[in-house]
Amino acid sequence: MPVAHLTRRYRFAAAHRLHNSALSADQNAHLYGKCNNPYGHGHNYVLEVTVVGPVDPITGMVFDLVVLDELVRREVMERFDHVHLNLDTESFRSRVPTTENLCVEIYNLLEAALRDTGRARGVQLERVRLEETPSNFFEFQGEPSTAPQPRQEATHGEV
Amino acid sequence: MIYVTRRAEFSASHYYHNPALSPDENRRLFGKCNNPHGHGHNYTLEVTVAGEVDPVTGMVLDLKDLKQLLESEVMELMDHRFLNEEVPVFRTVIPTTENIAIEIWRRLAPKLTLGQLHRIRLYETPDLYVDYYGD
Repeated sequence: MPVAHLTRRYRFAAAHRLHNSALSADQNAHLYGKCNNPYGHGHNYVLEVTVVGPVDPITGMVFDLVVLDELVRREVMERFDHVHLNLDTESFRSRVPTTENLCVEIYNLLEAALRDTGRARGVQLERVRLEETPSNFFEFQGEPSTAPQPRQEATHGEV
Repeated sequence: MIYVTRRAEFSASHYYHNPALSPDENRRLFGKCNNPHGHGHNYTLEVTVAGEVDPVTGMVLDLKDLKQLLESEVMELMDHRFLNEEVPVFRTVIPTTENIAIEIWRRLAPKLTLGQLHRIRLYETPDLYVDYYGD
């Protein structure tokens, strides 16, 4: 069966503050610049989710988009849309909500959810790509131990 | 190795239906995409060719040739067509975005004389696309 890679794009908006409580106020200000502003700031995030798998000969599809949309709604939108990532989410109570960390967190949540659906039938999460701004995005394809061809890429421009 | 990508746009209609399944099963599986009169999309196709840069021309391949190939193999066949009824392969294969990408690969890959086809990326909407690498 031919293997195809399916990518779907989603959008959410959230606030965050880059701050590491293990560091001094000066160190945080130096490290994170205006992203350390104590009141936080926000972004319109654009999330791309890529799944890979054989094209089902009965449906002609890799994966049911209704199921994918539901997984993303439950795992990502309900957690992260229109919240303050530092204050309103369990994921970032003790971790800095950089877009790198958010990208990895979304990958891990979706990877586990996809495995648990029982409807994946050989379909795997391949990549999560998260845009913080149109000129700033991060990609995560899993850790070496769980992915056959791991690759982590990040571009880091202005925050 | 250099990767060259050419983009092209076409519009077509389609619907999803598997004649081996009952009407109810088709409706459950494909939802509103099963509407027998079809619906349409503006597809954006990205064709990526991998190859070495020719030291004489400085190019992997002549993009004009690639454009003509897309015209004859994809545009003339699929642009402004009802895929299920007017493109023979889709009389027996459901014209999902996955299957359209695979069909485009199968038509283009043997016709390239310079470079190798690397990827077909087909956008059904700006928020949904399929990549096929010939696997």
